[in-house]
Amino acid sequence: MGSQGGRARNWADGRGEGNMSLNYSTPEFIIERNNDRCIDCRVCVTQCANEAHIYDEEEDKVVSDDMKCINCHRCVVFCPTRALSVRKHPLEYRENASWSGHDINTIYKQAASGGILLAGMGTGKKYPIYWDHLLLNASQVTNPSIDPLREPMELKTFLGRKPETLKIENGRLAEKLPPQLELEVPIMFAAMSFGSISLNAHKSLARAAEEVGSFFNTGEGGLHRELSGYGKNTIVQVASGRFGVHSEYLNAGAAIEIKIGQGAKPGIGGHLPGEKVGPEVSLTRMIPLGSDAISPAPHHDIYSIEDLRQLIFSLKEATNYEKPVSVKIAAVHNVAAIASGIVRAGADIVTIDGFRGGSGATPLRTRDSVGIPIETALAAVDSRLRQEGIRNQASLVVSGSIRNSSDVVKAVALGADAVNIGTAALIALGCHMCQKCYTGKCNWGIATQDPNLTKRLNPDIGARRAANLLRAWGHEIKELIGGMGINALESLRGNRLMLRGIGLNEKELKILGIKAAGE
Amino acid sequence: MMEKTIDARGVYYRLLNDRIQEAVKDGATKIILTGVNGQRYIGTRVDRPVEIEIEGVPGNDLGAYMNGSTIIVRDNGQDAIGNTMNSGKIVIHGHAGDVLGYAMRGGKLFIRGDVGYRVGIHMKEYGANIPILVIGGSAGSFLGEYMAGGILVILGLNRKPGEPVAGDYLGTGMHGGVIYLRGNVDEAGLGKEVAVFELDAADEERLEKLLCEYCRDMDIDYEEVREEKFVKLVPVSRRPYGNLYTHA
Repeated sequence: MGSQGGRARNWADGRGEGNMSLNYSTPEFIIERNNDRCIDCRVCVTQCANEAHIYDEEEDKVVSDDMKCINCHRCVVFCPTRALSVRKHPLEYRENASWSGHDINTIYKQAASGGILLAGMGTGKKYPIYWDHLLLNASQVTNPSIDPLREPMELKTFLGRKPETLKIENGRLAEKLPPQLELEVPIMFAAMSFGSISLNAHKSLARAAEEVGSFFNTGEGGLHRELSGYGKNTIVQVASGRFGVHSEYLNAGAAIEIKIGQGAKPGIGGHLPGEKVGPEVSLTRMIPLGSDAISPAPHHDIYSIEDLRQLIFSLKEATNYEKPVSVKIAAVHNVAAIASGIVRAGADIVTIDGFRGGSGATPLRTRDSVGIPIETALAAVDSRLRQEGIRNQASLVVSGSIRNSSDVVKAVALGADAVNIGTAALIALGCHMCQKCYTGKCNWGIATQDPNLTKRLNPDIGARRAANLLRAWGHEIKELIGGMGINALESLRGNRLMLRGIGLNEKELKILGIKAAGE
Repeated sequence: MMEKTIDARGVYYRLLNDRIQEAVKDGATKIILTGVNGQRYIGTRVDRPVEIEIEGVPGNDLGAYMNGSTIIVRDNGQDAIGNTMNSGKIVIHGHAGDVLGYAMRGGKLFIRGDVGYRVGIHMKEYGANIPILVIGGSAGSFLGEYMAGGILVILGLNRKPGEPVAGDYLGTGMHGGVIYLRGNVDEAGLGKEVAVFELDAADEERLEKLLCEYCRDMDIDYEEVREEKFVKLVPVSRRPYGNLYTHA
């Protein structure tokens, strides 16, 4: 089962740096080919955009180069004889508690290149995941639980500014409500731009959002003309680069989101590399072919809360005050005070992205060390807005590693109105979490603009899978809240008595505003 | 042509913009605003190209996201004029503030006097959509920062001898478009992503066309403007940060 077949090969192209120096890199993964099963059909060769599988004409044999393998499972899934497997490479450094293999390897890479380390998806560091330290309640004896299979359950969620009081005349609302987004499930697709992900991925999410009654978010990449029909399920984003932003775009969606920050890279901007700016991305973003699409770190027209207010209301002016405006920030240390300022600046929705949130490309050191967990940020913001008596003025949407329906229920109990899912949505489309989105060589056709790769994602199938995920989570949420004796998600919102902490210290319990298990 | 005059004195910006939009709906092609005093977002909501003439000083975000209209201001302007403007034309006969023409995608923004900081940041272009920003006076720091496309002209008219036409960090992070400067440029104050060049025949042709229009609008003698030499600033790379990263 040798990974190189029988013949010695020169892999110098993968590891050499000219003739004079090595870059010291070693393979992260080992491709195991069961030669009894392999029929040299070359499916793995055609499927791998990283060229980890090679057909050796001389030997008439398929062989592999471990160095190029990123462990995306594409070849494993497509191998017709189940001959392939990929493992973590067994090569180990001599043990040292201070210096992991990862620490050493990143130094080799920077010593060879002088570059900033770039990473994909959310942080993989072992920080506490507070969702897993929260336990939900259920009804026993003293109040009945509700069976969602037999009784009506309500997950409908409205996002937007709610008035202080409702004026009702003859059983009808006497005053028009501020604009609201109507969700059938409290889960939306997080902002991911066309550019960072493919048009087929965007199509899949847009169709799923329409089918289930939710929203997809354009991210900062403009709205591709083929998606103009999904307007009522679209949130259009305005970020510092203002790519693809014009009055038609602003009016095309149901809401507008101002992106200030992202959990995977708080405080920094974005660079979509020129390689990803092909004809379609170029047209959608309205920038020249092959040029870098640079989003500056700040919006240069926002240096204060007052400036933010000016931008929020410029967008409301541009859309005749008909659409709610969301402001998205990364969860950082003073998030509660910042969120309060955002609400007072006139935002209808505050979207907070926690530090475990994903990204197509983010500097590794920023991703792994900047920001705070979404659970603590959410608890702090919800408490602060309640204390200030302005919680009704904006809805709270949270994101940053929502992995399943119980994470959603816990988020709602902590005070969220709805959640955004990015990574989970891409996994539904077939992402295998190889975390190499920034290379543009996504073998699953998601984080790439290469037409040979994007066609691998069929938007009909993608839409069905993404819609299935939302429906499945919707059912589970009903089961979970029904078990608590709650028949409308609205009754759980901010109801922290339905949560107990496990394995948390006093301070953490206080910040989360919950009791310990057993209390 | 249907003309409509609106008295803006003491009218809250939102109400004023409602009235402008009503006039547009009623078929007005030219709207004259009198007594304007700091009202924001004038021209933003207008959904059909019209001509707006402003007497007084309009507030921030004049013509933000504007699509095809023409705005003439006889006085000074404030901040963020032409923010993310798509097409049309804005002419300011006085001075103007900070963050003008931010992320402009097309159209023209002509300023007669001086401008503040962060002007022309991240202007961009695509195909025939080329935004044009002409400044008659001098500019503060960060002019043309992150510029990704379009044409920025700075004339430095009426400045005292020895005074620079623009502040520090001129063209920092620039990766597209061109800046034409009248007079000399102190290369020490430039962003490291740009370089100074002489104008070629194509530059001369488009600068002449552009400046003739500007001088006509502003009632300035074109020949006098051309008496001083122009240079151009262009980015040294369309991908200034192409080699900044390595894969983790």
